[in-house]
Amino acid sequence: MASFVELAIPRLNTKVKVSTGLFINNEFVPSVGGADPITVYNPATEQVLCSVTGASEADVDKAVVAARNAFRTTWGKNVTGFERSRLINKLADLMERDAEILAQLECLNNGKPFKIARDFDIGDSVACLRYYAGWADKIVGQSIEIDRRTKTAVTHPDPIGVCGQIIPWNYPIMMWAWKVAPALAVGCTIVMKPSEITPLTALKLSELVVEAGFPPGVINTIPSLGSIGGAALAAHKDVDKVAFTGSTVTGRKIMEAAAKSNLKKVSLELGGKSPHIVFESADLDQAANWAALGILYNTGQDCTAGSRVYVQDTVYDKFIDILKGKAAQLAIGDGFDEKTGGGPVVSKGQYDRIWGYIEAGKKEGAKVILGGEKRSTPGWYVDPTIFTDISPNMKIVRFVNCIVQIFGPVLSVGRFSTEEEAIKLANDTTYGLGAGLHSNDQAQCHRVSSALEAGTVWINQYNLLYNNVPFGGKKQSGIGRELGSHALEEYISTKAVHWNYGEKLDWPL
Amino acid sequence: MTTFTHEFDTPVFKKKVSFPTGIFINNEFSAGVNNTTIDLVNPTTGQVVAQVSEGMPADVDRAVAAARKAFETTWGLNTPGFDRGRLLTRLADLMEENMDELAALDAFDNGKSFMMARHGDVPFSISVIRYFAGWADKNHGQTIETTEAKFAYTRHEPVGVCGQIIPWNFPLLMMVSKIGPALATGCTVVLKPSEVTPLTALRMAQLIVAAGFPPGVVNIVVGYGSTVGQAIAEHLGIDKVSFTGSTVVGRKILEASAKSNLKKVTLELGGKSPSIVFDDADLDQAVKWVALGIFGNAGQACVAGSRIFIQEGIYDKFLEAFTKHATSIKLGDPFRADSQQGPQVSQIQYDRVMGYINSGKEQGAKVHTGGSRHGNLGYWIQPTIFTDVRPDMKIVREEIFGPVGVVIKFKDEDDVVRQANDTLYGLAAAVFTKDIKRAVETANRVQAGTVWVNSMMSGNVQIPFGGYKQSGIGRENGEAALAEYTNVKAVHVNLGHTL
Repeated sequence: MASFVELAIPRLNTKVKVSTGLFINNEFVPSVGGADPITVYNPATEQVLCSVTGASEADVDKAVVAARNAFRTTWGKNVTGFERSRLINKLADLMERDAEILAQLECLNNGKPFKIARDFDIGDSVACLRYYAGWADKIVGQSIEIDRRTKTAVTHPDPIGVCGQIIPWNYPIMMWAWKVAPALAVGCTIVMKPSEITPLTALKLSELVVEAGFPPGVINTIPSLGSIGGAALAAHKDVDKVAFTGSTVTGRKIMEAAAKSNLKKVSLELGGKSPHIVFESADLDQAANWAALGILYNTGQDCTAGSRVYVQDTVYDKFIDILKGKAAQLAIGDGFDEKTGGGPVVSKGQYDRIWGYIEAGKKEGAKVILGGEKRSTPGWYVDPTIFTDISPNMKIVRFVNCIVQIFGPVLSVGRFSTEEEAIKLANDTTYGLGAGLHSNDQAQCHRVSSALEAGTVWINQYNLLYNNVPFGGKKQSGIGRELGSHALEEYISTKAVHWNYGEKLDWPL
Repeated sequence: MTTFTHEFDTPVFKKKVSFPTGIFINNEFSAGVNNTTIDLVNPTTGQVVAQVSEGMPADVDRAVAAARKAFETTWGLNTPGFDRGRLLTRLADLMEENMDELAALDAFDNGKSFMMARHGDVPFSISVIRYFAGWADKNHGQTIETTEAKFAYTRHEPVGVCGQIIPWNFPLLMMVSKIGPALATGCTVVLKPSEVTPLTALRMAQLIVAAGFPPGVVNIVVGYGSTVGQAIAEHLGIDKVSFTGSTVVGRKILEASAKSNLKKVTLELGGKSPSIVFDDADLDQAVKWVALGIFGNAGQACVAGSRIFIQEGIYDKFLEAFTKHATSIKLGDPFRADSQQGPQVSQIQYDRVMGYINSGKEQGAKVHTGGSRHGNLGYWIQPTIFTDVRPDMKIVREEIFGPVGVVIKFKDEDDVVRQANDTLYGLAAAVFTKDIKRAVETANRVQAGTVWVNSMMSGNVQIPFGGYKQSGIGRENGEAALAEYTNVKAVHVNLGHTL
């Protein structure tokens, strides 16, 4: 009864097969609730790739039941850390084995360049799984002295239970790995809702989950619209925790649903409007490279995208020139083209949204020094765009800069004169995900990195993350941390056991 | 240069095995500088069956030079933790592909049963390497708040070149317990396996090359304790020595370190561990665990529960059941599937254990069962139980390292805790009771690095292990092992304090 599609990859003269059912209890099954199928697009051509089964609320219930059963019987406290480690490592090996196929699917569905998908997205994801596999048998509690004669106290790092995980479309495979790895390492079971825009790699990875040997129900995959599957998970009475990466707007809804249902634990990785500060002592060429990377990597579709660059006035003109040159060098095109450094944006919706902001900026008099013009050929393309001469009253600044993420390769550049001013400009946002500063003054680096209100601060660098360094947002950019040992905390529920073996209670008191 | 070649044709393992047994330095085998060899004796027959190249202090010098170079160029923190972890994982995978052969080599060399090696030693060893592979990229330092004027953090740096000296009782397991944490943290290694049981270490050398470790990261020098072991302990180019073996030799190592370069020292030494059986213990289970504790591995375990304390109320019943169990143990060739106890590892060990048995008899203890050689070929000794012992007897005070237990009657908790702690050693202890209060209290009061409640000899790589008192310094296994191979450097960055 398994349904699947075969997707052609013309440039590579090959086909990739993907199951298109819902993945529950290690099987691909049809929907029981009659939700509409999900149409999946190729953003480089605007053509339909295929459709996959969409999950209804009833399907979500089924998946949660499967995850709960697994947690009670074959997973959770019923499996050793050593065994969890073995399985997660096996999954990593399989991902590595199938890197080419996964990269092809990722490129086809998301648009990002094939080589980047294979070497970075998938390479980092494999390493992420291996990193957490290494933690699985090292999750310890404490034993705590009370007094020697009558009592002993210990803590148990229990797995929280059934976790709903909702991931976005900008790094489909990597976001999947970041979520499943720590949850599995600790012993939780998962109901994963990949983005309805990019469900294909999550479905393909589900096949590897079976091959690796995970018991049925440990991971379940239910592509669906956020308003159906996402909402159902967030409100579900039998889901113990929800982890979400996506927009701040949706993050609020998830938290509200958690509060109104069963007070499930919530971790959120939300948006950002991350500032890049270039001081006069910086190596300008390097700073321009990192700034270009910061806004153009993944075609700007990155929660930490450095979308605001502030340059010290003494080097402003010089820097703008260099930066413009760097940005212009990036070739945006079809992900399967060897020359491409950045792909299209992921969907029509994103395409329209980004162009809406660009048009608004132009209308309000911001100066476009690069890009800003639509292509006439097919594909949801946005070329690198740089705005300067922005003033605080402009919509693009007040509303766009500080409140709304554009989530595209659109950069606004402003100037400052003092360090205090730079810090104030950088922190003047409700977000707090990432920030970068470029300076050769060591003391300045310490002062500024300390003052920036962001969960990740890069000094003389940008964008690069590592599986063993924690990542997450301050302020309205999120709750909790991913990566590093910190991610494990999000999936652990500590139980304290007070074992009395010698104290007798006198009654009445 | 020597090679080990042997055609295994046994009921449990059939294979022709061949590999070099030279000195292993910089990923290559060669003869020792003296070009001499050491005979390997098969403990089931007493016959010489092979030769391995003998290392001398000059070979240790060569190995240290290789290890130092690797530490400064291709290893240490020059290879990121994640990559060190990958290589260790690869090594574990290769060990898994060669489980039978590794088990056969340990059984052949040491005399332990192939089945024990195949289902105990080897899988445990693989889990040790996998466990430490996972730690390689997780040895974090800290950032520490003091004042606004200071940015302080610690770096966890690998100690450097580590000399590791291991014994013959669990050859493969001892090797991986040492190289696992050392390699994970980024140290390089000069390993001296026991000259009595070097085969699995030398076979592992091939797996280390196949896994992709750079030359010089692991070096193996087989030789005698008095030459190679001493050279390692006093070497000015070695930053740390880790030793498992007798307390007597442990002292020499510590002394050599003090007299040379104050290298860091960790020691896993001997024990005279008490197994304590209370009246309310599950008798049947207690008998089995206590027997495992003293007769397992032919009593050749540092944690052997060699002083068996039985509470008065259960004494007769326990002794009867324990004796019955002891006499039912099947002594046999390691390569028979039903063998439960092998020979002692060497003539020297055999003589030593028999010496203690004789001293027990001479000092007036009663041989309740056993007390003699088993068979007339090889080094088998019968499972032996002494009763009617006094605390001053040699068999009660000193580590015998053979299948010889002394049984002592006790009254109550206070009495047995006092007796249990009346020893220079403090490696392990076991408590058998159904009363949780008594179990926890006794566990708290006994001076031992590992206390088993209702079990014995049960180890997991995640749980730290080591000795109190003269049973050792430092801990192996668990996260605790990393600290032994880590140098903590504190960095204080001044952010604004001017003079």
